[in-house]
Amino acid sequence: MWEHFAHQADIGIKATAESISKAFEDAALALTAIVTDPKKVDAVECVEIECSAEEDELLFINWLSSIIYEMDVRKMLFSRFEVQIENLTVHAKIWGEKINQIKHSPAVEPKAVTYNQLSVKEENGKWTVQCVIDV
Amino acid sequence: MVKPPLKRVGEYCWRVEPFGRMTVPGIIFADNNLINDIDEKTISQVCNVAALPGIVKASFAMPDAHMGYGFCIGGVAAFDPDDGGVISGGGVGFDIACGVRTFHTGLTVDEIEGLRERLAESLFRDIPAGVGSTGNIILTSGKLDDMLAGGAIWAVEKGFGTKEDLDFIEEHGRMKGAMPEKVSPQAKKRQQEQMGTLGSGNHYLEVQKVVEIYDNAIAEGYGLKKGDVMVSVHCGSRGLGHQIGTDYLREMASQAGSFGIELPDRELASVPVNSPLGQDYLGAMRAGVNCALANRQILTALIRRVFSEIFHKAQLKMLYDVSHNTAKMEEHEVNGKIKMLLVHRKGATRSFGPGSSDLPPRYKSFGQPVLIGGTMGTSSYILAGSTQSESLAFSSACHGAGRSMSRTAATKRWQGSQIVKELAGRRIIIKSRSMRGLAEEAPDAYKNVSAVVEATANAGLAKKVAKLLPIICVKG
Repeated sequence: MWEHFAHQADIGIKATAESISKAFEDAALALTAIVTDPKKVDAVECVEIECSAEEDELLFINWLSSIIYEMDVRKMLFSRFEVQIENLTVHAKIWGEKINQIKHSPAVEPKAVTYNQLSVKEENGKWTVQCVIDV
Repeated sequence: MVKPPLKRVGEYCWRVEPFGRMTVPGIIFADNNLINDIDEKTISQVCNVAALPGIVKASFAMPDAHMGYGFCIGGVAAFDPDDGGVISGGGVGFDIACGVRTFHTGLTVDEIEGLRERLAESLFRDIPAGVGSTGNIILTSGKLDDMLAGGAIWAVEKGFGTKEDLDFIEEHGRMKGAMPEKVSPQAKKRQQEQMGTLGSGNHYLEVQKVVEIYDNAIAEGYGLKKGDVMVSVHCGSRGLGHQIGTDYLREMASQAGSFGIELPDRELASVPVNSPLGQDYLGAMRAGVNCALANRQILTALIRRVFSEIFHKAQLKMLYDVSHNTAKMEEHEVNGKIKMLLVHRKGATRSFGPGSSDLPPRYKSFGQPVLIGGTMGTSSYILAGSTQSESLAFSSACHGAGRSMSRTAATKRWQGSQIVKELAGRRIIIKSRSMRGLAEEAPDAYKNVSAVVEATANAGLAKKVAKLLPIICVKG
C-alpha cells in the first residue's frame, strides 16, 4: 500500500507493508506514480538492481536512487518490482518499458531522493517507509 | 512545531535571535503578508543553517522562501573556509545551477501577432522538453569532460551560439575550478543524451512581452523597451547535476560526523570547505554549473533557429544568464575587511551591484540583471543588483514566486485542460505534454510573484527594472 504526501515544493512518498521488502516494492510504485499512473506501464523489460548501505534508511535512499538512475539512463518507467533484502543489501528485479510521451503523458521527472522526512520503521509487524522526492 | 519568535527589525526585515546551537541570527526579508506565509518548518530550516560551522553574519531567507530540504528554498548563507566554514550539498540542491537566461528578440509584440500560434508550435516541436526527452547531441565520456570543463565556452566552440553571448553569462560562460574527474561515471551517463533539453517540473521556455518599465536609465542600459518581445529559459544541469547531488550528499552525510559536525537534519550534510571531500564536491559542483551553462547555450541555438525560420528580422541577443542554485567563492566585506567566502544560494539569485568586476562592461554602471521567473500565467521581472544588496545579504535576491501549495494539493484543485483554457482566454498559449504536470504547476499554486518582487525591491536587495508578461509558455 502506498500514498503520496504533501511537501511544499516536492512530493512525499510513503508505503506500508508486512515486510521491509514489500514496503520497498510499494514505495517504488509510489515513485513511478509521481510520473504517471503505474497501471499504464507494461512490465515487459527487466532490469536488475543491487545496492547496499550501512543502515535501513540509507538503504531505502540508495534503492530509490538506483531506480531513478535506471529511469533516467534507460528512459524507462517501471511498474513491477521484486525485492529481496539480505544483510542490508537489496537484490531486485524491476520490470517496465520505455517512456512513451503519448501513452504515459509523464507529468514530472524525479530528480533525486532527499533525506527530508526520511524514515524506515517497523511497528507491530508493519513496516512503514517514507521520504520526499525532489522533482 | 512552534514558530521561533520573529522580531521585526525593518519594514521588510525580520530576525530570529540566535538560540540553541545557532551562532548567528536568522534574517528573513518579507512584507507583512509574505512573512505570514512562511511556515515554521521553513523558519526552522533557516535556524538549522545558522548552526552550521563557520557561518558568517546570518542565515538569510529571501521573500520567496519556502520549505526545502536542509536549506530552505530562498536560503542564502556564507561560510568562511579559514574559520572551519563548511560546504553543503543541501545548500546547493540537486538541480545544480538551475537558472534563468533571458534574451532580446529584436521584435515587438505587433510583429509577432499573426504568427504566435506558429511560433508556439515550432518551439514545442524543436525544443526537447518533458520526462524522458533526449537532445540531438550524444556525448561520449571524453567529450563530456570537455563540456564539464568548458561550460558555455565549450558550446560556442561547438557551434552553439556566438562569442558575444559569453559576456552576458555569469562567470563569462565558464566556471573556473571545475573538476570533471570528480563527477561519477553514473552522473556522466545520465547526461549523455540530455544536452540541450529543458527538463520538467517548473522548468520552462517562455516568449514574453515587456509591459512595464520601472527604471528608465537601467532599462535603457539593458536595452529594454515597452512592447519588446523577450525569451526566457528556466532550466538547469539535468541528470548530471541531480546525480552529483545524490552522490555527494551520501558521502557528506557519512563523513560529517568525523569532522565533529552535528547535523540537525541529514539533508544539511556538510563538510569543511577545506577538507578533501569539500574540495572534491566544489570541483564536481562547478562541473555541474558548466553543464547547466552549456545546456542553456545549446537551447539558445535551438531557439534562435526557430525564430530565424519564422521571422527574418529576429535577432536574439543575450540580456543575461544567471543561476540560482550555487555555492561560489566570492569576496565580501565582513566587519570592514574583505574576505573570501563560500556563498550558498539555494533558490536565490546573485545580485551584484554597480561597479562589480564580474559584470560585462555594458552593465557596469547599472548593476547585474537579476532574472525573476514567474509562473505560466503571471509576470516575470527583470531587476538590477543594488549597491545595498552587498551589505544586506551578500548581494543576493529572490529567484521566483516560490510555491505556496504542494503538488498533491494542486492536482486535487485544478485540471490541466482548465488551466490551458483559462490562459488562452488571456491570450497566453501553453504547450505541454502532460495535463497533470500543468495542474501541478498551476499559477495559483505559487506565491504572488509581484508581492515577492515588491518586497525584494523594498528591502533593497535589488531594483525593479521591468515587468514581463507571458505570450507563449512551453512547459518542461
